[in-house]
Amino acid sequence: MLQSRDDTIALQVNGDAVKIAMPPLTRLADALRDGLGLTGTKIGCNAGDCGACTVLMDGRQVCACLVPLAQAQGRSITTVEGLARNRKLSALQKAFLRHGAAQCGICTPGMLMAASDLLSSEAKPSRKQVEDAMGGVLCRCTGYAKIVDAVMGVAARAEYGGVGARLERVDGAAKLNGTEKFGSDDAPADALWLRVIRSPYPRASFKLVGVEAFRDNHGLDLVMTADDIPNNGFGIYPTIKDQPVLAKGHVRYRGDAVIALVGPRDAVESATDDDLPIRWQVQDPVYLSAAQTERAPPLHEKHPDNVLVRGWLKKGDVEGAWDQAAHTAEIAVETAFVEHAYIEPEAGYARRIGDRIEVIACTQAPGMDREEVAHVMGLAREQVRIIPTATGGGFGGKLDVSVQPVLAVAAWMLNRPVRCIYTRPESMMSSTKRHPSRIKAKMAADASGRLLAMEFSGDFDTGAYASWGPTVANRVPVHATGPYVVPHVTAATRAIYTNNPPSGAFRGFGVPQAAIAHEALMDMLADKCGEDRLEFRWKNAIRAGDATATGQVLHASAGLAQCLAALRPHWRDAMQSRVTTGSHRRGVGVACMWYGIGNTSLSNPSAMRVGLRPNGRFMLYNGAADIGQGSNTIMIQICAEALGVSPSLFDYIMGDTDLTEDAGKTSASRQTFVSGKAAELAGRSLRAEILKRMNAGEDARLTIESNVIKAGGATLNLTTLETDPRGNVLTGFGSFDPPTSPLDANGQGIPYSCYGFAAQLAEAEVDVKLGLVRVTRIVAAHDVGKAINPNLVEGQIHGGIAQGLGFALMEEYIPGRTENLHDYLIPTFGDMPEMVTIMIEDAEPLGPYGAKGIGEPALIPTAPAIFSAIECATGVRITRAPATPDRVLAALKAAGVA
Amino acid sequence: MGHYQRPPDLAEALRLLDASTFTILAGGTDFYPARVGRVIGEDVLDVTAISALGGISEEADHWRIGPLTTWSQLLATKLPPCFDGYKQAAREVGGVQIQNTGTLGGNLCNASPAADGTPNLLALDAVVELQSARQLRRIPVARFVLGNRQTLRDNDEIITGILVPKLRPSARSCFRKLGARKYLVISIVMVAAVIEEDHDGRVTAARIAVGSCSAVPQRLATLESALKGANRQRLAAIVRPEHLATLTPITDVRGSAEYRRDGALEMLKRTLAEFA
Repeated sequence: MLQSRDDTIALQVNGDAVKIAMPPLTRLADALRDGLGLTGTKIGCNAGDCGACTVLMDGRQVCACLVPLAQAQGRSITTVEGLARNRKLSALQKAFLRHGAAQCGICTPGMLMAASDLLSSEAKPSRKQVEDAMGGVLCRCTGYAKIVDAVMGVAARAEYGGVGARLERVDGAAKLNGTEKFGSDDAPADALWLRVIRSPYPRASFKLVGVEAFRDNHGLDLVMTADDIPNNGFGIYPTIKDQPVLAKGHVRYRGDAVIALVGPRDAVESATDDDLPIRWQVQDPVYLSAAQTERAPPLHEKHPDNVLVRGWLKKGDVEGAWDQAAHTAEIAVETAFVEHAYIEPEAGYARRIGDRIEVIACTQAPGMDREEVAHVMGLAREQVRIIPTATGGGFGGKLDVSVQPVLAVAAWMLNRPVRCIYTRPESMMSSTKRHPSRIKAKMAADASGRLLAMEFSGDFDTGAYASWGPTVANRVPVHATGPYVVPHVTAATRAIYTNNPPSGAFRGFGVPQAAIAHEALMDMLADKCGEDRLEFRWKNAIRAGDATATGQVLHASAGLAQCLAALRPHWRDAMQSRVTTGSHRRGVGVACMWYGIGNTSLSNPSAMRVGLRPNGRFMLYNGAADIGQGSNTIMIQICAEALGVSPSLFDYIMGDTDLTEDAGKTSASRQTFVSGKAAELAGRSLRAEILKRMNAGEDARLTIESNVIKAGGATLNLTTLETDPRGNVLTGFGSFDPPTSPLDANGQGIPYSCYGFAAQLAEAEVDVKLGLVRVTRIVAAHDVGKAINPNLVEGQIHGGIAQGLGFALMEEYIPGRTENLHDYLIPTFGDMPEMVTIMIEDAEPLGPYGAKGIGEPALIPTAPAIFSAIECATGVRITRAPATPDRVLAALKAAGVA
Repeated sequence: MGHYQRPPDLAEALRLLDASTFTILAGGTDFYPARVGRVIGEDVLDVTAISALGGISEEADHWRIGPLTTWSQLLATKLPPCFDGYKQAAREVGGVQIQNTGTLGGNLCNASPAADGTPNLLALDAVVELQSARQLRRIPVARFVLGNRQTLRDNDEIITGILVPKLRPSARSCFRKLGARKYLVISIVMVAAVIEEDHDGRVTAARIAVGSCSAVPQRLATLESALKGANRQRLAAIVRPEHLATLTPITDVRGSAEYRRDGALEMLKRTLAEFA
């Protein structure tokens, strides 16, 4: 009988008999990771909600976060580390790699284990069997389609090559065999633990009382307060550092950081809420509807009316245009907070090395993290080194710093490594969200069915701190018309402070919210004009040579019309299968999008360096953070193409700010376009360097056999060359900053140098008695300029559709209510439609080999297409996202449909 | 860190419970989610080593379900059709990982208003057997669950069995769960029905329970009376809003009270239509 905490528990792990001396109620997941160092088992929620920690116990899948270590006594456990034998991937792992079924890789171990359980009893499972067996594992990146294909054993070809090849992910094997290190997977053995204490109230003032006694009573090394932070403010914009690392006397949202406990893990975790040296004085919170009334107290002194920023665009004469309009349509739309719900909670550690600080954490933006940490600490940028770990999903949520500044200050003060892993509720309550929006829009067409004018106004709840609020407020007006030619436009936006979580960057920066409005208007106007909804869009689609609402004339690569044309046959078929009576109705919707790639009218540079080793291998110094989207692979494919060599000759370093050039943020769908161009230029410059050294012609074919390189008739023994401090004999460098121009007072100018375009078609079934919407099929046609790696592009589209579907139908973050993954719902295996992807390649002259971005475009048209399908089936237009069953039923009842 | 005990047999467990207060731990699928980010400080009695508490067996006039039976074990056990609804619930609990470790006794004792098993046990007229060092007692499930996370179980008691009276072989059952996504979903409404009929297809007994629409899943007595004597082909048409009058649905993140009422009505119709 197990009684005391120090009994040793004996079990089998991956075939080996092991003993673990940890308390009996230790979660098996913690025992495997902390006791045995098997960090391939991931922890996403510790509540059985996400399945990332799935392992096999006596051959059956279980959540290792829900199994007490004591119950594993005498049992046989298999983890992801047990699948690959002799370092060779199993057949299942190889199938995942070939299909691109792992993106960020954080759910992958759980997926593999759930699949292993299924495949042990069913070698050739059906789709339904796969979904039923794996439905307990959530993935936020892939939309599940490629995972299902991999498990079902659908054939997939692997290709080896540069641009255009379905190259297997270069970091794929590590994501599949459990060796990839994410934010929580590694830290020095002597690292102390840090836990942030957060406000349970949306608005309150507080006093700290008896901090030192609290520290001593709990055996802590440090209780950090606002007074310990040299420059206690961070934020995306250099001039708006309005978010404190630790609040000073006042909190502005539930989740605001108050103090940080640092010490041994037990000491840090054992302090309960009642123990804390905080005395609260709770105040009434300010929310969007009240944030602008005169009585509402300002959240920040600089903004007495709680308006963080206003966006504005004016083109033509909207007022005059209404008079010429043959048809007008108006709509009001409301959307909710949306949580990124990456399966990896924020985590990392910091260590002080002399007068420098190093932060090793998951991130989308190592360069920006370096600036934030340097600013907060009052250090020079050169004193800060950011080493990104693998990042288990980001989607915009890991652009803002999370653990980085507080860890850095603690490690600096204590001169000890300090680590921190957010819990799932902490991740959800503290991190940024998609801006909730309240949008009103009006659009007009002339008698010939040409768009004439649009008036758009949108209020965005930017929450307690600025984060990316200005980006949203400025990006939305540019995109407010949708991807159509509209001669007369006004668009006004406001980002409004409230006592809600900070709204920040989330795949689309406000454009997905705006798209719900403009696509609804397009449907309504098409109907009024008596035109087919798809053809109406095709007719009004913006094309190369047309001017946008900012007055920018698109020079090329505006492939929306091609996207719509590609949907036509699917559209006609789907229209045939409409069912508009009875309890289960079927409809089809279509929606378009456009998205400016990169920063809005701001410098947005990336640089890349590539070196040639004496052994004939290339080293890409790649500053772009791969958060699952695949930039590690893409950059190598592009650089290899530019060099004219095989990608298999490449090694790479990702993101380390000491070793790589700044490649900017992984955001705004910019990495392939901007950093990819830099990678191309770096490859070209190294190629020129090689050819010059060898006196070979520009079109000479390079062949490399170990340390000897051949070009034309010449050979060069690389070991005869001198190596530089990085160990390279030759290097190439490239940088690219997409040309844009500032926007004037009326929002006129060139905000982006290129745009992604797409049209998606959604087929949906609506159960009108229960308000249930099941999306059965989505056909997604995307103009990507050039698909550098079609597998990865498809993966982005699938994942974007999944998030768009969640945004449309189920996702709503409510502070204090949905801070976990069973109350906050994201799509599961069983919620995804059949997905058909169509890649249109209307080459972008500025992009690497014609490529532009896909990350955000993938999500934007999905929700409006689904709402369009619901309307097609029922005649009822959904104007509030998410369209949860109760809202849909209420809308149907109000319209007399249900 | 509190004390942890994992007794090998029931006698030892009852002795421990007689001497002290413990949180009882079985499959852990509700225990750990309630303790995310918290140190587990309470004393815990892990009952999973007590083999007598597992397994499903047939007795003279009832089925005995060991409380440690997992959802997966329920699914894998050959049982008469009156258990089909309970099995359907087993398929829809969490994901397969939860089904492999979550226990039927734990689901009942956790007493969530949205417990997937409880409406079925109500419709099966199940009885809970509780044992302590003092006594053995049997309580119908309908009386056992008192409210949200509250049951009649005393601190020194362990559930030793869930007893399901044997029904006519003709008895059939059905379960439906309404949720906002396919897997890993907490229900907005659940309906469980057990129907017995005569040779002419007339209902001789109907037991209908609704979950997630009140603090404790409820039987609908007036609907059950109305169904009695009806032809199984037309049960769905008998359901009226007034049959749901005893439900007290709330508005929460999963749905509005009004939606729950509408949904329960529709789910009842669809569930009963399955018997046609």
